[in-house]
Amino acid sequence: MAASAPSQVYSAPGRRLSLTERLRLGLNNGRISATLILLPPALILFTLFVMLPLGESFYYSFFNWNGYGVPTDFVGLQNYQRIADHSVFHVAVGNTVKIVAVSLFLQMPLALLLALLIYRKTPTNAFFRLVFFLPYILAEVAAGLIWSFVFDGNYGVSASLAQSLGTEPFFILADRDWAFVAVMTVIVWKYFGFHMMIYIAALQGVPEDLVEAARIEGAKRPQIVRYVLVPQIKPAIIVSAFFAIIGALQVFDLIIPLTNGGPSNQTHTIVTYLYTFGLTRLNIGFGSAVGVILFIVAITVAVFYQRFFMKRGQS
Amino acid sequence: MKRTMSLAAVFAAAVGACSAAAQTEVTVLRVQPGDQEEAFYRRVAQDYEAQNPGVKVVFEFIANEAYKSKLPTLLQSDARPDIFYSWGGETLVDQANAGFLADITEQVPAEIKATFPEAALEAYTVDGQLRGLPLYATEVVFWVNTDLTEQAGVDHTAIETWQDFLDAVTVLKEAGVTPIIAGGQDKWPLHFYWSYLALREGGPNVVTTAMSGEEGGFENEAFVEAGAEFQKLAELDPFQPGFMGTTYETASGMFADGKGAFHLMGDWDYLPMRARSTSGEGLSDEQLAIIQFPVVEGPVAEGGDKATLGGINGWAVSHSAEPEAVDFLTFLLNGEHQREIAEKGIFIPIVKGAGEALENPFFQKVAQDIAESSYHQVFLDQFLGASVGATVNDISADLAQGAITPDEAAAQVQEAWDFR
Repeated sequence: MAASAPSQVYSAPGRRLSLTERLRLGLNNGRISATLILLPPALILFTLFVMLPLGESFYYSFFNWNGYGVPTDFVGLQNYQRIADHSVFHVAVGNTVKIVAVSLFLQMPLALLLALLIYRKTPTNAFFRLVFFLPYILAEVAAGLIWSFVFDGNYGVSASLAQSLGTEPFFILADRDWAFVAVMTVIVWKYFGFHMMIYIAALQGVPEDLVEAARIEGAKRPQIVRYVLVPQIKPAIIVSAFFAIIGALQVFDLIIPLTNGGPSNQTHTIVTYLYTFGLTRLNIGFGSAVGVILFIVAITVAVFYQRFFMKRGQS
Repeated sequence: MKRTMSLAAVFAAAVGACSAAAQTEVTVLRVQPGDQEEAFYRRVAQDYEAQNPGVKVVFEFIANEAYKSKLPTLLQSDARPDIFYSWGGETLVDQANAGFLADITEQVPAEIKATFPEAALEAYTVDGQLRGLPLYATEVVFWVNTDLTEQAGVDHTAIETWQDFLDAVTVLKEAGVTPIIAGGQDKWPLHFYWSYLALREGGPNVVTTAMSGEEGGFENEAFVEAGAEFQKLAELDPFQPGFMGTTYETASGMFADGKGAFHLMGDWDYLPMRARSTSGEGLSDEQLAIIQFPVVEGPVAEGGDKATLGGINGWAVSHSAEPEAVDFLTFLLNGEHQREIAEKGIFIPIVKGAGEALENPFFQKVAQDIAESSYHQVFLDQFLGASVGATVNDISADLAQGAITPDEAAAQVQEAWDFR
């Protein structure tokens, strides 16, 4: 019955609570002590490792600074100007967009197709699920190294393939036009299993009677998929698309062992661009500016996506 | 009074005992060397530990590219090494200006200093303070696989001008031999071409003049011409297929496997390339030759013919290093060790006179080249600092693939220099 007391106070019309009353209220129902105990760890960690570095890189982005000592050479918006003019940055942004497109229009349909084939719980399906999910479990760097060996035209798998076919070996990772296609192939291979798993989980949650009802009404398999299953797992698709977009913005550890951004900076993403031109070249100010841009892009995407897709998906 | 004295004595003794018992650790970080050199360092460290109880010397080796990207972060942490490998140049200046390097001018005994050539010590001096010690000088040369050149009917000893070299490449291609093996993925093996051509075109001081901003800086005609000459080579499609996906390590192994006729690389590759070959043996001394980078006809400025490109590599000492670190460094670089290095052919030691002990014919030639050099230019990707250096590597890779024009290449370097 103690719980009813606060609601009575709250519901008392036209009466504003004084501070002491609100405090007493909070103390009584444990809200304040819970806040005092539970908030600081998260708040401190978040401040130390997210907010502070964010603020710092924002500050550094206005300096020409090589990372040694303290920044002194204030250059205003010059770093941003240089990024905007840098052809490699344009390539990196283009590549990031390509990854988003491939993830949305190739990887997700593929994952959905496979999920539809194997979502029912049978032993064979469990086996295929494991096989398709394996690439996702592999560490990115390991996957990158494995594929750089696969693509290697001198000693790698593609070399022996070319030899047995009697053709000239093809060096896809060394080709300015094709290297990024290879990178995207690896990305699709690496992450389709993850999206497939999201769909499988959602598909298993679709009530069986809906499917049966549709079948009784005379719906064929494609119609069941189109009008029953896909609409039912729409929230899952929206979430997986969100992961695909945010993931595309962050691709880094696959590319470094695979191409290291080469040949001649044709396979950079925004993050490898940041790493190569900001960190390894010790242009910390410049790198910070790239980081700020990436942050703004990511947060804009997240907020808009949340507003326009997630909400509609829930209702 | 007496009691206080004895107390003080006991105290002093205790402190003394403590510091003797406490292990001083000297950490040394180096780019992964060949097996023989690594074994040499480990042995020297053991010898030093035996002679200096209480001091522990720890050598750590990491791969070339990883070393370059890891070092700046490492230096700013508490895990920084006491002594680390350095290529000198602008990178060393940056490190010194940021306060990461010790001033060891006073700590190194004069008799040790006297064993080094003036120019080599100069390379490790920033603002008049000695920041480390040089280890060896290297020269970038064309390694030649004489089996392949003979097979194609190319006389490598007759190659003197860049045009001769281009002709040789054409002949090799016609004979079905891959003319050049290059590790394009790492880019720096390609920057040797642009750097050398710039030296040949613009004379020995071309880089230092450009750094001072005079005569058009890096947009000076010499650099544009260098790009144009390099492009002439690139148009012949001289490299192995897929060279932009080949790392330096793979490329040096491929050359030792006999997959191409030329390999523009430092003398340091002599032992490592064999270790990286499929057989582990590589090419024998009889199958190998070296030639200096060819000269250009009608250069923009005279005097670059005798200039050499290479490194004055050495050790830098970090600011938090204990005095023992400097002591170990002087031990490592003493005359006896330098002679041993020369005799075993591990590398070409830089100390005066040690070159006489060289038995390896290739190293003798390199030592002679460097001695006769009009100017020994340190690798541009190190000499110009991390940012501008990486830009030089980028434009070299782009030129090798015909992705940019010589003018654009020069302009990009100048832009990076302006904004370093």
